[in-house]
Amino acid sequence: MVSPLDRVSPGARAEFREAAPPAPRDPPHVVIIGGGGTGAAVAHDLVLRGLRVTLVERGEVTSGTTGRHHGLLHSGARYAMTDRASAIECIGENKILRRIAPGSFEENDGLFVALTDEDADLERQFLEGCWQCAVPTRRIDRAHALRLEPGLNPDLRLAVQVPDATMDAMRLPLRFFATARRNGAEILTFTEVTAVTTAGRSVRGVAVRDHAAGRDYEIGADIVINAAGPWAGKVAALAGVTVPVAPTAGVMVAVRGRHCNMVVNRLHAPGDGDIALPQRGMTVLGTSSWPVNDPDDPDVPADHVENVVRETSNLLPALRGAEIRASWSATRPLIGKNGTQSGRGMAREFRCFDHALDDSPTEGFVTIAGGKATTLRAMAEITANVVCGKLGIDRPCETSDVTLLPHAAWYAR
Amino acid sequence: MSESTLPPIQPAETAPKPVGPPEPVGPPEPVGPPETAGTPETAAPPEQVGPTVHLRISRLRAGDRKPHFEEFEFTPEPGATVLDLLLEIRRNRDPSLVMRHSCMHASCGTCGVRINGREALACDTKVAGVTAPTVDVEPLVNQRPVADLATDMVDFYARFEAVGFPLVRSAETVGGAEPPEGVKAYTRFENCIECGLCLSACPISRTDRSYLGPAALAAAARVADEPRGQPLGPIFAIAAEPDSVWRCRDAMQCTAVCPSAVDPARALLGLRRRVAFGRVRSLLGRGRQ
Repeated sequence: MVSPLDRVSPGARAEFREAAPPAPRDPPHVVIIGGGGTGAAVAHDLVLRGLRVTLVERGEVTSGTTGRHHGLLHSGARYAMTDRASAIECIGENKILRRIAPGSFEENDGLFVALTDEDADLERQFLEGCWQCAVPTRRIDRAHALRLEPGLNPDLRLAVQVPDATMDAMRLPLRFFATARRNGAEILTFTEVTAVTTAGRSVRGVAVRDHAAGRDYEIGADIVINAAGPWAGKVAALAGVTVPVAPTAGVMVAVRGRHCNMVVNRLHAPGDGDIALPQRGMTVLGTSSWPVNDPDDPDVPADHVENVVRETSNLLPALRGAEIRASWSATRPLIGKNGTQSGRGMAREFRCFDHALDDSPTEGFVTIAGGKATTLRAMAEITANVVCGKLGIDRPCETSDVTLLPHAAWYAR
Repeated sequence: MSESTLPPIQPAETAPKPVGPPEPVGPPEPVGPPETAGTPETAAPPEQVGPTVHLRISRLRAGDRKPHFEEFEFTPEPGATVLDLLLEIRRNRDPSLVMRHSCMHASCGTCGVRINGREALACDTKVAGVTAPTVDVEPLVNQRPVADLATDMVDFYARFEAVGFPLVRSAETVGGAEPPEGVKAYTRFENCIECGLCLSACPISRTDRSYLGPAALAAAARVADEPRGQPLGPIFAIAAEPDSVWRCRDAMQCTAVCPSAVDPARALLGLRRRVAFGRVRSLLGRGRQ
């Protein structure tokens, strides 16, 4: 068992395996659109399976939703009452990520805190949900909870300890990028897809603009993967297909100072302003939820910021007077028809679409949609399964067992 | 199907430009009307609309001999950051603007730039706090430029690599809390967000490319304070080299610009003291033999 205090680099180096078996002489070429966590994990998975991979991202890597999320490695407990499939995925991936990315988490666990009688009435349903999804729990009484988290609202009724953790929203995906590139993937930043090129109903590649060099060119591909997160609908439109992605924004607030030791959640059905977690010298509070048409840089409504601070300060009263360092919005890539459901009602599931199976088929184009930061590796696994199935490649997924390079390797020459 | 479809995020008037690599992309667009498409300005009461801000951005393409400024005019909302304006430019005025950004809350360290000559995170700098009539945004120095505001962090990380800096350290606890069952001790990420502001601001690094620089030496000091199983011999050996702690001339610029309370100048002083004690001790030891 690797202690989080162990130095990361040497161990990760030693355990790191090159893409082992010889790749076919002329492996199929896959182009991935989108340099967020999903694209990073897909690139990592596919090069391990012997494919030639090129990833294009219009900005810097992790400059979309990936870099902006809460920084929460979910235990799955948040979804245990409402969305069991997501809860099961989260706890599975939580364990795998700690194993393959040692040293990338503040492994302080999390608490679900019941503040009211209503919250406390959910205790049994919550514990049973966690149990059924194999999320480990420990019930903690009021006095004990206050010893773990002296800043908690002293009126709390009870708390439940779960294996939540804090991750660095950028540096975890960087480990996937670094490892993928070491194994041969080409990662092109500041390279924006301007068109998906086709021959008949088959996708043949992408036309891109390299913003840094100011030049346009085309990249041929056997398969193009749309891993654009909340932008997936826009990218799909370039290929003339549709995907049911509903970009759903949320506000987050960072205040100065660490106001808790663990991830602090409200024990109730998922809602606004019910998570506070420490990150570096700050505490990050979140979040809210509203549908947007354009995932680019949504507004940061002042009333959402106020509400997030007010709600989280019910959990940790000191947050009320804390100095706000930053407030920002991120756009979730939820699956669902835009506008037909509120964001909270939608499951946090992910799905891979092979557009050759659409009513009006398009060959060579695959979309991975939905999901969340905690499930990036699993999203990559099903996507790579679909792609390898299409290409007739029979190679199992190895990403659960390959230790990732440290994030600094992304910046190595 | 059409192969020339442009992505909907590109506004039509700035979209298709013939390529020509050495040309700076994008006409120096002398600043459209000061309205910003998409923001509900009409709804805002007039007293909320701040003064007009002239933002001058350093533009550079691969192949350009030197950068030039391009000016944009804004009437920013109160509370807007420099990064908000840069994103607004990329979204509605010129999608070819090359810059780095990720977390939006001073935690990732990617959006470091120089604002009116001073190193800062774009996400952490309120436009209203810049008092000068124009706001000049330029890339960090002492790093290789990529294009526009983006620099290549390879040299910066090469310095860290020498030190072997871990990301996670033991955490101070809030209110002297005890850790929960199953958690040995509370941990947290290091303060340093690897943004490179200190390296850009350091006057020694400007003249001496081989100087290890404030971030890496502050990291070495952190390892010396909390080794986390790492042997300290190599750390002190690095610190004792000529291009290390003794090159610092206490300009303190690193600490002045650090957005994350690392205080590299003080860390470096502490490391220098330890190296000096080590030397004295070894001299005394040698004297006795």
